[in-house]
Amino acid sequence: MQAPIRDPGAAAAFSNSGAPGETKPLVNGAQAKLSATNLNFFYGNFQALHGISIQVYEKHVTAFIGPSGCGKSTFLRTLNRMNETVRHSRVEGEIRLDGHNIFDLDVNDVRRRVGMVFQKSNPFPKSIFDNVAYGPRINGFGSRSAISDCVEQSLRRAALWEEVKDKLHQSAHGLSGGQQQRLCIARALAVNPEVLLLDEPCSALDPIATAKIEDLIFQLKDSCTIVIVTHNMQQAARVADYTGFFLMGRLIEFDNTTVIFKTPSKKETEDYVTGRFG
Amino acid sequence: MPGSAITAVDARPPGAMPRSLFQRLVSGDRIAYLLTFLCAASVVLVTIALVWELYANSGPSRRQFGLKFLVSSDWDPVAGQFGAAPFIYGTLVTTALAMLIGVPLGVGAAIFLAELAPPGISSGLTFLIELLAAVPSVIIGLLGIFVVIPILRDTVPYLRGALGWMPLFQGPFYGVSLLAAGIVLSIMILPFIISISREVILAVPADQREAALALGATRWEMTWDVVVPYAKKGIVGSIFLALARSLGETMAVTMVVGNTPQIAASLFAPGYSIAAVIANEFAEATGALYQSALVELGLVLFGLTMAINAAARLLVLSTSGKGSA
Amino acid sequence: MSWNRLRRKTVNAAMLMLTAFCTLFAAGTLLFILGYLFVHGARSLSWDFFTKLPAPVGESGGGMANAILGSAKLLLLAMAFGVPLGFLGGVYLAEFGGPGFSFAVRYTADLLNGVPSIVMGIFVFTLVVLKQHHFSTLAGGVALGIMTIPIAIRSSEEFLRAVPPALREGAMALGASKAQAIWTVVIPAAKAGIITGIMLNLARVAGETAPLLFTALSNRFWSPGWNQPTASLPVMIFNYSVAPYEDWHQQAWSAGFVLLSLILAVNILARLILSKKGAALR
Repeated sequence: MQAPIRDPGAAAAFSNSGAPGETKPLVNGAQAKLSATNLNFFYGNFQALHGISIQVYEKHVTAFIGPSGCGKSTFLRTLNRMNETVRHSRVEGEIRLDGHNIFDLDVNDVRRRVGMVFQKSNPFPKSIFDNVAYGPRINGFGSRSAISDCVEQSLRRAALWEEVKDKLHQSAHGLSGGQQQRLCIARALAVNPEVLLLDEPCSALDPIATAKIEDLIFQLKDSCTIVIVTHNMQQAARVADYTGFFLMGRLIEFDNTTVIFKTPSKKETEDYVTGRFG
Repeated sequence: MPGSAITAVDARPPGAMPRSLFQRLVSGDRIAYLLTFLCAASVVLVTIALVWELYANSGPSRRQFGLKFLVSSDWDPVAGQFGAAPFIYGTLVTTALAMLIGVPLGVGAAIFLAELAPPGISSGLTFLIELLAAVPSVIIGLLGIFVVIPILRDTVPYLRGALGWMPLFQGPFYGVSLLAAGIVLSIMILPFIISISREVILAVPADQREAALALGATRWEMTWDVVVPYAKKGIVGSIFLALARSLGETMAVTMVVGNTPQIAASLFAPGYSIAAVIANEFAEATGALYQSALVELGLVLFGLTMAINAAARLLVLSTSGKGSA
Repeated sequence: MSWNRLRRKTVNAAMLMLTAFCTLFAAGTLLFILGYLFVHGARSLSWDFFTKLPAPVGESGGGMANAILGSAKLLLLAMAFGVPLGFLGGVYLAEFGGPGFSFAVRYTADLLNGVPSIVMGIFVFTLVVLKQHHFSTLAGGVALGIMTIPIAIRSSEEFLRAVPPALREGAMALGASKAQAIWTVVIPAAKAGIITGIMLNLARVAGETAPLLFTALSNRFWSPGWNQPTASLPVMIFNYSVAPYEDWHQQAWSAGFVLLSLILAVNILARLILSKKGAALR
């Protein structure tokens, strides 16, 4: 994991809440795949997110860390508009995917392009094959053989193919927890997303399964932008290029992972990463 | 008197308050247990008695006709001939028609109420539909006679025009018919299908829905491809329950079916059902054989509904928890 | 928008409309029934309806006073018979039951619940009418009573089980016997649910016709006591609606309106009580 060189002249310019106009260039050439500008989010009258501005860089891994209830998962879910499944919720601000505001795009299209893997694996009560093939089928990916190829490719990308290739038509529920989660990753990959959002994907898994998924994340980031929410700081330190620290619905600090963990600029960040709270 | 050890059955510490007979009864755990046990046992006893009485009182007919009872279509009380086939036929046909109409409507409505409708509208409409279940059969029958049949009189010519090439839609139409009975039955079973299916659909875990949406599925795709298959067993269970109910429905059917013991190919023809013939003829059945034939019909109906109810309960219960794999 | 996307969005919208239509049809049917009964039944409701006996066959006029009273007596009998048995049986299942016997009781209660009402009528006919050699109010009451038992047992059990164990234990820790704890603490806590359960049960059997057809039969006159056949609202509705007299049809509508209004009123009241209780618990 190589930390990109700081370049004061680089494009990315954003500000955290409470620090208007502050420039934090982090990237040498990498494009911002997803960017949020002054995002506020409300559950009814309660404001869950305050003025989040952040950039997610293409083909890199970005992690969101913070204590329980800090809003990191809530923010993650706004990135593919899954927050809209909650009644009485309201969003203010912009989120842009490749420069286009996702609230102006067709929501189902956004969700195909920005995939999501959930905290607890949730395979459909179908066969392994049908689980992975579901996305391609509804998106009209083509003939039976095209879909079949797509399923194999996705399972390979998720490092699950060797384990399931002989039992593709058995029920997905017969797999272990770690395998089910990799199946969910394969299912998400099958629609060729440009971004993959992972919401605490390893929290229900044992260390060995967790390690397998972290290896997977390394391999996937070459082809896919990854955003991962994790309550495990060490995991963020292991896998992420960039890390954002959330607290009470605000983005306190966003920087290279090494900076966040070794030389954070904000006191709250330092307190959290050194374990004084959370 | 030497120091006597008082071993009163109800020995109580000094200073305790005296208790009335009622208080003593209520505090007697053994009495409470016995009383409640007997009441619970009464259910079992009543059920056993019911099966026994049905079996015993259908004896003469069973011995006389044996299994031919179920296939003979000769129902002639005067001549002492009793065959159940017309009633079994009518019951099956009217029920099949009721299911044909009621299942798509009911499952469709359940899907709308559970998944697609905004919550305020959903609860209001659910309330109305559950009230429909409270409407007595005789009142549905009342509307069957004075509303459904006149409407049918107007629409049957069109049906005959469009579908008259099928024997099902041929022949004269007098109002009372298997068709009318099927329609009123569908109204009666609709609320049951809707309310049970709606509950099993609501019980599908949220993470299944989210997984589908996150893949870019539309709301309908999520519902039809993921939620409904997950709830499949429960929905089928609700259909079975509706089936059992519709087999036993008496009043609405007997008011519109025509009460004619015949087996006719057309839905326009009048017919009869097991429950309807019992309702109409039991009070005046003279002679042990006649009465026992009707009781035997009751036994057949009882057996059918029991079997279907048992299957239904198994299905509805098995959806609580895991989905069908 | 691509063809695939457009097709899927169209299907989405179309299915929304289709399922909405199914729902409106079902809900609309109830409203239609209510409206139709109101229009046809409420119109000819008169004081006579509630106070007069049926007129001789062929003559117009008269009322259904005997049927109203008959229904009331039948329901009274049914409640007197079914509620204690069902309620105490529910207490057994919730508080005392051992696993094997409880299973048998629940299973047979469900079985009994699924018995078609006409078959229940046959059963009570053989049990009561044949032994007494005549139709009677008692037989009708017994038939309706047996029908209330399974529901009473299951609903009582459910509401009693919903009372938190902490309440029971609190009473027993103060020295109450199990029976005392149940009587003084658990049952009062489950009161709302049990009462609404009884109300809903009542509303259900009030409309039952089939089991009365050959137990209580019918009667065009008063039927004092419990040993005579008696008229009842549902049976009168049935008899009048299939008869050839227009006047009788009119009375059937009125009777239907009265019966349905009462049944729906009880249902709505029971739900209101339950929802208030549920809200209070939260």
